[in-house]
Amino acid sequence: MDILNFLDAMHGAVAQGIIWSIMTLGVYITFRVLDFPDLTVDGSFATGAAVSAMLVGNHGMNPFLALAAALLAGMVCGFVTGFLTAKMKIPGILAGILTMTALYSINIRIMGMQAMIPLNGANTVDIVIRHAIHGISPKNSQILLGVIVAAIIIAFLYWFFGTELGCSIRATGSNPYMVRSLGVNTDTTTIIALVLSNGLVALSGGIFAQVQGSATVDIGIGTIVIGLASVIIGEVVLGKHTGFLPRLICMVIGSIIYRAIISLVLFLGLPSTDMKLLTAIIIAIALFFPTLKKGIQQRRGYHQAVNTAETNGKE
Amino acid sequence: MLELSHVCKTFNPGTVNEKQALRDISLRLEPGDFITVIGGNGAGKSTLLNLIAGVYPCDGGTITVDNEDVTHLPEYKRANFLGRVFQDPMRGTAGDMNIEENLAMAYRRGKPRTLRWGITKEERTLYHDKLAKLGLGLEERMTNKVGLLSGGQRQALTLLMATLQRPKLLLLDEHTAALDPKTAETVLQHTNEIIGGEHLTALMVTHNMHHAIQYGNRIIMMNDGQVLFDISGEEKKGLKVEDLLERFQTAQGKELDNDRMLLN
Repeated sequence: MDILNFLDAMHGAVAQGIIWSIMTLGVYITFRVLDFPDLTVDGSFATGAAVSAMLVGNHGMNPFLALAAALLAGMVCGFVTGFLTAKMKIPGILAGILTMTALYSINIRIMGMQAMIPLNGANTVDIVIRHAIHGISPKNSQILLGVIVAAIIIAFLYWFFGTELGCSIRATGSNPYMVRSLGVNTDTTTIIALVLSNGLVALSGGIFAQVQGSATVDIGIGTIVIGLASVIIGEVVLGKHTGFLPRLICMVIGSIIYRAIISLVLFLGLPSTDMKLLTAIIIAIALFFPTLKKGIQQRRGYHQAVNTAETNGKE
Repeated sequence: MLELSHVCKTFNPGTVNEKQALRDISLRLEPGDFITVIGGNGAGKSTLLNLIAGVYPCDGGTITVDNEDVTHLPEYKRANFLGRVFQDPMRGTAGDMNIEENLAMAYRRGKPRTLRWGITKEERTLYHDKLAKLGLGLEERMTNKVGLLSGGQRQALTLLMATLQRPKLLLLDEHTAALDPKTAETVLQHTNEIIGGEHLTALMVTHNMHHAIQYGNRIIMMNDGQVLFDISGEEKKGLKVEDLLERFQTAQGKELDNDRMLLN
């Protein structure tokens, strides 16, 4: 019985992980491509959820159109942060915090001054899929939806970052001085990357709200941390592969593994409120890892040098 | 072609760290000029190049290129007619991207970045040929990350990138200062060949008086934010280090005491 419960939990983790992986792809764009830790995502994820839930639940809009609206809303959030940092020269982390904070108020307004929008009985994306494919389980319909959306986005990102514009965004993250000296306006490339990233984050939030059956005002709390954890786990999976396509696919795998770890810990009986602590610890260790590795290598090199010197001395 | 008139720049005005980096500089470059700029630390050499490139704005004066006023043009727009190589080998290339991607970025200097593919087949052939001319074997490593290259290789690549689209003016800001003497000579050779071969107009800042004398058709010495002297033509050809030191003394009324410059 326990095994069945466990498998069911893992099945759920895969479904959740794929939907959240769209957010991870967004975080990857800012955190790794642009080299910009963007805290807007805690707000824009909730914005996407609020817009999507409001349009589907209260206005009866086509759920896919509602997701398109969530994507656009997220892009606006990204533009605001981009404008704050690129044009108003506010430091990146602070610009993200400002937008995120402002979005908290805005999201409640979007949700009609309520803390929660229930979607009971609303025509959501997974219900559309379950109508279209007879006998598909709710979890499998989520997985199907997630795989299709993630595949489209990965294909888009793979193409986009190979174009002239995409290359100049990558180069902005690698060396902004060089890019400016080659005639690229780094303000523009920064804004475009943030717009793209937050659009994906909000899309992810929009899908999540619909399949979960509600949007709450605190739905986005900790999104950035989950995104970073997923990116880092994905890179561990990636290992030494350097291609851009495997890298993007590993972001999805990282998101799924992250969810699986969380499900496992929950399954072992830890309260779900401890998850944020656990996630923070995972990231801290992962970010400490390169420093640790360097330290060990240095010490090993030192001992080797000492040993060689001693051996030479004896001879 | 390039004309600076009464350009000045002060850093941190009104504070204890106030520094008049450039005081009323006027300078005119003729097409085909290869000017070497020498001077000690804090003479204003790099500030001069950065003002031309638009890294920061002038406090006063005007800069024109081919009679077009560029004084208030942002850095990325001035890049349309400038090629630049920096002192720090890390600055001119993107270490996380591969060699051909870096070249493709440089190939599009002065052109809008569109949604067309970032690098084409024909370009690859062009880059292969250009890299082969450097003689560093980089043409066989076009898909390697630039971060794997040595400082000298990166500078040679940056030089190629700066001249891939013919610039109206090439700015070299002590681009060999961070290299070991042997590599520095090689990179300078390439520099000289490219400038001569393509008849470029160039401004090269250096600490090394021998290099300043050896290369170019015109030499400018700067001190304390001003141009001390400007020698060109036949007079420049016969110039020796001793002459420079003597000139400095007459102009400044004291001996040149910059260790870094003398030790070179």
